[in-house]
Parts: sequence; structure tokens; C-alpha cells
Amino acid sequence: MTYIAKPKFQHPGLPKNDLGYTRRDYEGKISTLCAGCGHDSITASIIEACFHLSIEPHRVAKISGIGCSSKTPDYFLGNSHGFNSVHGRMPSVLTGANLANRDLIYLGVSGDGDSASIGFGQFAHSIRRGVNMTYIVENNGVYGLTKGQFSATADRGSKSKKGVTNADSAIDLVAIALQLGATFVARSFSGDKTQLVPMIEAAIKHKGAAFIDVISPCIAFNNHAGSTKSFDYVREHNDAVNRLDVITGREPITVDYAPGTVQVVEQHDGTRLALRKLDADYDVHDRLAAMTFLQKHAAKGQVVTGLLYVDAESEDLHDRLNTVDAPLNTLAAKDLSPGSAALDKINASLR
Amino acid sequence: MSVQSPISSVNDFVIRFANVNGSGSASANELFARSILRMGVPVSPRNIFPSNIQGLPTWYEVRVTEDGHLGARGGVDMMVAMNPQTWDRDVASIEPGGYLFYDSTKPIPASKFREDITVIGVPLTAITNSTYTDPRQRQLFKNIIYLGALSALLEIDPKVIEQLIGEQYKTKEKLLASNVHALHLGRDWALQNLKCPITLTVKKSEKVGDRIFMEGNSAAALGAVYGGATVCAWYPITPSSSVADAFTAHCKKLRHDPETGKAKYAIVQGEDELASIGIVIGASWNGARAFTATSGPGVSLMQEFIGLSYFAEIPAVIMNVQRAGPSTGMPTRTQQCDVIACAYASHGDTKHVLLFPEDPAEAFEFAAQSFDLAERLQTMIFLMLDLDIGMNHRLCRPLKWDESREYDRGKVMTAEMLDDGRDFGRYLDVDGDGIPFRTYPGTHPSKGSFFTRGTSRDRYARYSEDGAVYADNMQRLLRKFETAQDLVPRPLQANAQKPTKYGVIYYGSTSPAMDEAIEILEKRGHHLDRLRIRAFPFHSSVASFVADHDFVYVVEQNRDAQLRSLIVNENGIDPVRLVPILHYDGTPITARFIAGAIGDHQDQLKVTPLKKVKS
Ligand SMILES: Cc1ncc(C[n+]2csc(CCOP(=O)(O)OP(=O)(O)O)c2C)c(N)n1
Ligand code: SF4
Ligand SMILES: [Mg+2]
Repeated sequence: MTYIAKPKFQHPGLPKNDLGYTRRDYEGKISTLCAGCGHDSITASIIEACFHLSIEPHRVAKISGIGCSSKTPDYFLGNSHGFNSVHGRMPSVLTGANLANRDLIYLGVSGDGDSASIGFGQFAHSIRRGVNMTYIVENNGVYGLTKGQFSATADRGSKSKKGVTNADSAIDLVAIALQLGATFVARSFSGDKTQLVPMIEAAIKHKGAAFIDVISPCIAFNNHAGSTKSFDYVREHNDAVNRLDVITGREPITVDYAPGTVQVVEQHDGTRLALRKLDADYDVHDRLAAMTFLQKHAAKGQVVTGLLYVDAESEDLHDRLNTVDAPLNTLAAKDLSPGSAALDKINASLR
Repeated sequence: MSVQSPISSVNDFVIRFANVNGSGSASANELFARSILRMGVPVSPRNIFPSNIQGLPTWYEVRVTEDGHLGARGGVDMMVAMNPQTWDRDVASIEPGGYLFYDSTKPIPASKFREDITVIGVPLTAITNSTYTDPRQRQLFKNIIYLGALSALLEIDPKVIEQLIGEQYKTKEKLLASNVHALHLGRDWALQNLKCPITLTVKKSEKVGDRIFMEGNSAAALGAVYGGATVCAWYPITPSSSVADAFTAHCKKLRHDPETGKAKYAIVQGEDELASIGIVIGASWNGARAFTATSGPGVSLMQEFIGLSYFAEIPAVIMNVQRAGPSTGMPTRTQQCDVIACAYASHGDTKHVLLFPEDPAEAFEFAAQSFDLAERLQTMIFLMLDLDIGMNHRLCRPLKWDESREYDRGKVMTAEMLDDGRDFGRYLDVDGDGIPFRTYPGTHPSKGSFFTRGTSRDRYARYSEDGAVYADNMQRLLRKFETAQDLVPRPLQANAQKPTKYGVIYYGSTSPAMDEAIEILEKRGHHLDRLRIRAFPFHSSVASFVADHDFVYVVEQNRDAQLRSLIVNENGIDPVRLVPILHYDGTPITARFIAGAIGDHQDQLKVTPLKKVKS
């Protein structure tokens, strides 16, 4: 396989965002994934979200592990730096990158093998630390790139393409992210762009560890009857608790909602999330209730989607470390080296 | 008493304290060493401690050395036997004519002593218990009381000790007074009841000069502060944890914005070494100077990332404070056993830059320099410390920093350069040194972005599985490694007093023992030229040094002659020409050992024709 160039031509009539960029400015190289792969739909949603938020395309750092899912950062935001690191270690690489420059937007893309198996520890610890990032797991229940072995998110009792039944319990990354203290937790489905796009926008605008589990069917190895990660299964069992609109400006919310059905959450930077409740009892600020809700519905075989938890008062790793406002990678010798007079003092104290 | 006359020496002896871990002896013992230093007499102390927190034996050894021999000497002239558990072997380890100092509160049967040593009993427990009631106080002050008694026996100036106590408890008046009181309790008892001084004494001298007394780990951490490291990620492991502890302490004092109080650094204790090195690589990729500190087991875990750093060309610094391996090995014992593991770390064809500091002063310099090298060469740099220099206080020249020094950030393409139309190929060698340009993420809205990956790609960072493209890149990486040869610290050569056909190569913490061994060997009529290797890749002078001598001894602290293998492998040298001298029992190498091993070989050469040795 070699590099495939994408034509640079842009239609003059393409819609532009506040910064004057078109959607094409947020695209990347042509995808090399299987036609119909759920991951490509997520790529499209990321492009849409960044376009809609009018993010400067080069101010995002895209970091991933290894897997079909982890290849996708090459297929969006072609003007951003990307880092396809090593299997399961996206979270640590992203953490380091974030420490070096707090001014960029960090987008971590991973797979279920990448995050729930080999990188389970790094997933957990990056979330515990409150790294300011959008962490997306493109969850297909299998190892796509190594040809369809069960991953740790495959449901117990689900069948592989070869007919083997999975005997092990599944890891629900959303439930674990909640337990670990993620301040933004959501789940969506690659086939539901209207739900997914605003969710990614909200996550990008969130300060702290924002985690999104996106069920993303693998056409090649996990889209058959007996799979619980197939298009059909997820469509049938999708239980959305809410729908989201992201409002970035100061303008009042004009969308026409039935009274009492909308909850507005204001995030750090003033972005407001208008949540249309589909389940009247669901409270996005109640971490404990969210955990119970998830367990109950999972037991019934339902795939709960939506914004499941958000803490608008969240802090991030830089707050905890009390680092300076300037990105650490901009500090020069004069800021960092204490100088020879200080060293003389140190020498004197060591005699 | 036997016919053996007591060892008699001024300012040249070894005293060893046998203690129980966790009994608070460490600070009293350090006070002992420092008081002698303050009298102008060089000392070289060493901790010998278990991988345990409380209850197991520990030893603290102080070599008092007017001549400034800072390597371990071997043998003990005076044993301060405070640990009943190790009594027998402690007593057995004393040199004939040496001294045994012990707590005589409880009677000890005569069979437990030796005829050929001088035994000095001080009822330490009795003195302590009659003065203090609190159990913790009893434990701590007992140590100060033996220090007081020793000061009388060895003629250490009590004023000097009092002054050191004063500096230690500057703000804690009460503690200061009670420590001084305990000191005099011991001292007075000794003066009244024992024949003072004994035949081992300390006399004021001028041999310390302006040197400082510091641990290598702390010096390396300070080098990281001066060298501009802003991100440190680490996972606790002996003997490297004190690097991160020291970096934290130095940063707290030196790296907070005076106005806002905010930190110009970020330190993360990772969940393991994989995360630590991942954080370092992420931070370096994004343009910060970052490092981790670890030891053998951690380096083993980091392998995959080390290969990524090499192949994707991401700067990074690993401070490897070596301990005896393999596996968990001897976690609290010293070795130079990771030379090969680091030089060729990770799968596939790799080579990495190694720096070998000899003492804290070089640990400081090399640590600071490692960040320049990492960014200039865009690769992993290993700072190869070991437990002996890392965790012991060592006398060394004062640390220096050139006020006008700027950091070498290497080849970084800026937005201006991109706008000027410069061709940016992330893996493009523009000037033949094998080093390409990089851009920091977020540099330019439409130019200079690239996708970093550990898979092969072409000169413009585009994915490629073309064999020729892959090979081209691997060749360039070799060119880059050749460039490194001239950037890393050069080997230092010192020639023998007389022309000689023999040479010796050594590195790292072996230095002081080697210098002393040369003196011993010269007295025996063996003359050797010396080459101290300070970095890998090897400078061309290493090969010429070997070529210039019939035989070259390679002195190392590992079993498998790792540096020797590296020299043979990298320079295509006939292994017969390099004679391994290997010390690997986990104790620091001594001059006695080196001189013995080389001397024996030299003696053999003199009687055996060369041909026979070769066959
Ligand atoms: C250390 C290591 N072990 C194994 C592999 C092989 N490997 C590549 S991708 C992958 C699984 C990817 O699964 P997932 O993260 O779910 O991604 P998907 O392909 O399903 O999107 C494995 C095991 C590897 N690259 N590195
Ligand atoms: S193997 Fe599965 S996950 Fe990978 S690209 Fe194909 S459909 Fe997508
Ligand atoms: Mg998968």
C-alpha cells in the first residue's frame, strides 16, 4: 500500500465556517479502511464537529494507538499533527503532549482492543488524572486489524464470525470511566451522526477528561447475527437517554423544545449544552445514578447512549499541577535555568 | 591481646558502621562523614543497604583518605558493630590489628571476639536509658552517643560536629540542644573511661579544597533543571527514585514563577514505566524537554517505546541508575550491567546514545547536555548512572553553569521558515548529517504538519512499505548515529609515566578505583595508558587507542564484559586484544581488585610468550 493523494480542488460554493474554512479543510487522507467500516463514519463526525466548532485545524493534536481505529487520525484534520503511537499507549503519549503544550486541543482515538485490553491501565490512569482531552474509543468488540479475535468489550454470550461463543465477561468502558472520575462520559453509535456530532463538539469543549465510547461495527469481522456490536443489533437495542445541541455563542437558545424537556449545562468556556431528555428521570449530573442506570439497562440487553455524565465544574491535570499559563514547550533557557549564582549557592550548601 | 600490633594511621582508614535498617543511624553516620570532611580530610562514604524498609542489616562505610582515593578500598579497619544479627561476620571482616567498637551494656562471651583486634566496649544502651525514657529518643540518641564516643577515640573535633548539628537544626533550637547534649554524653564517657585517642586518628588537613559533597542522583536531577527539562514522568524503583525526588525538590525551590507561584514544570508519577516513557515521548514530540528515571526492570518494560523513539525520531532522555540484574537481581547493589540492553534496546536494528558520567559533577553536566543531544539528534539518550554514584555522597568538583548558555533545540522548522517556502520533509536529510527537520504540532495552519508513526514511511512522512524507501531511511539513521560520535562527550586519555604497550579502558563509577589502581600498579612496575570512555557511539579515538597498544584491559562492573563486546562489535576489533577485567558481585569495584587482576595478567605476560596467551 502506498500513499494516496487526495485532489486539492475545492468547489468555490462550499459552505464556510466562522474562520472561513470549508469542510474540506478538516479532511485528511483517503481512508484505507474497509468500505462501510463504522470507523469511517466516526471520522466523518469528527470532521463535522471540528468544522462546526470553527476550530483552527492545525491547533488539534491527534493521537492514537494501533488498530484500524487508530489509523483514522490520518483520515481527518490533515493540517494537524498526528501521532500513531504504540498499541494501547495513546493515553500516556497524549498526557505527555498535553503537559508540553496546554494550548492545543487533544483528540485521542483508540480501539476497544487498544483501550480495554493492552491499554486498559493507561486508559484508566489518564482518566483518573483528568487530562484535558477528548478520548474516543471506536468500539467494535473485535480486533479488526488482526482479523477478528474477540476483544474485551465483546459481550458474554455473543458469537464470533467463526461461530465461537464468547465466555468471558465484557468490560463496559463507560461504566469504568464513570467510576474513575471522568468528568464527561458519553456513548454513541457510529451510525447515528446526529447524536454523535454534537457529542464530540461538547467533549472538545469540555475541560478535563471527556470519554466517548462509540459503538462502531466492524463490517469485516463483527457484523453478523449473534454479534452484539453489529449495525442491526445496535439499532434495535439503542436506548438513548438524551439528545444534545451545542451552543457556542452568547445568543439565547431558540430551538423549539417542549417545556421541561430541556436541561442546559454551561461549560467552562461558556459553551452551553442543551440536553433534550428522552428519559425524563435521567440526571446527567448524578454519577452514582448513572452507574446504576447503565447496569440495569445492560442487564436487559440495552445499549444506553447519550451524554451520561457531565461535571461542568471540572478541573484538569494542569490545574492539579499548578503549571504556568504559558505552554511548557515555549519556555526558554532564561525561564528554566536558575543561573550560575543559584548554582554557586547550591555548591556552598554542599560543603 | 595478641602479638598483632594495632593498625596505625592518620587520615587513611576504613570505618564501617553495622546498623539495623530503620534505626535512625543514617543521619548520625552521615554526620560522622561530614565532620571529617569539614576537617579538610577527604572521605568516601557508601551505603550498603537491603531491599527492605525496617529490620534488616545495613552498613555505612566511610573511607577516610587524605590522598583522595574515593573508590571503595575493601577491608575494614574499625567496625562499629551495632547489629547483633550480623555480629559474627562483622567481627570476622575486621583487618588483623583493627578495632571493634560495640555496645557493652550486655555482656558478650569472650568466644565472640577475636584475639588479633582491639575491642572497645561502650555501654551505649545503659548511657542512653539512664538519660532518656521515650523509646524513639532512646533509639535516635544512641546513635549520636556513639558518634560522641568515636569523636574522642579518633580525635574528631567536637566543635565541627556541633557546628554541623547547628546547621541541621537551624530553626529547631530544642532538637539542636538535645543532640549536642547526647554527643557530649558519649564523648565524655569515652574520655573518662577509655584510652583516647586510639591509633587511628583524624588530623586537620587542606585536602578537600572547594569540592562539594553530593549524590549523583541529585546532581543528575539538578542537571535536568538546568538543562531545561519541564516534564518528568517516573515510576518508583531503587536506585533511581531519588532522581525524581531530587528533581521535585530542586524544582520546588528553583522553578516556580515568583509572581504567580505557578510551576514551570510538570512531574507525573506514572502507573508504570510504560506510561512514564509514553509521557516523556508525548511531551518531547510536542516540543518540551522531558525525561524519566528508572533502573533495569524499568528499561526492560520501556523497550517498545525506545524503538519508537529511535525510528520515529523523537527526542527523549532516560536516566538509568543501574543496579545488579538480571530480573529483580540485587536491587540495592551496584553494577554496570545494562550497557548492551541500552545500546541496542528494542526490537529491530537500533542503536542508542549512552553517556557514562564518572561522578556527580559529570552526572550534572551530562544530564544537562543529554537534552541538547536528544533534541539535536532527535533520538533517545541514556544517562547511564549506577547505584554507587547515584545513591552515595561523593566528593567532586563544584558544579558550573555558563550563564550565556542557550539550549540547542536542534533542527526545528518554524512557521516563518515554512512561509519562506522551505521544503519540509520530516525524514529528509537536507545537509548530510542524517538529521532531518521537525515541526512542533500547531506550528502553521496549512504547512508542516505530518503524521508520526512507528511504521515505515518516506522522506515526507508518507506511509510506505517499499523496501527501497525503508532501507533509505535505515541508512540515514546510521548516518545520524555517525554524526552523534562527534557530538557526545569524548573519551579522556591519560598516559603512563613511561611509554607502554598496554592500555586500559574503563568508564562510569569505576573511575576513582581505576586511578588508585594505576598508582598501585605503577609501584609494581606496570605501566598503563588509560582511556576513560564517556559515551557511545564511540569516538574514533577508541579504535586508535586499541590499535596503539598490544593489549588493552577493559575494566567493567558486569559479568559479560558488555562494553568490551560493544567495542568489538562496533569497531571490528579482534577480541583477543581486549582483556576483560570484571567485577560483578554487586559491591563497588576496588583498586585492590583492579590492580590485582591486571597485575597478575601482566606478571603472566612477562613469563609467557605472547603467542601462548593468544592460542
Ligand atoms: C505490542 C503489540 N501487540 C500486538 C499488536 C498487534 N495488533 C495490532 S492492532 C491489534 C488489535 C487492535 O484492536 P482494536 O484496538 O480493537 O482496533 P480495531 O482494529 O478493532 O479498530 C493488535 C493486537 C501490536 N501492534 N502491538
Ligand atoms: S477490519 Fe473491521 S475495523 Fe478494520 S477496517 Fe475493516 S471493517 Fe473496519
Ligand atoms: Mg476493535
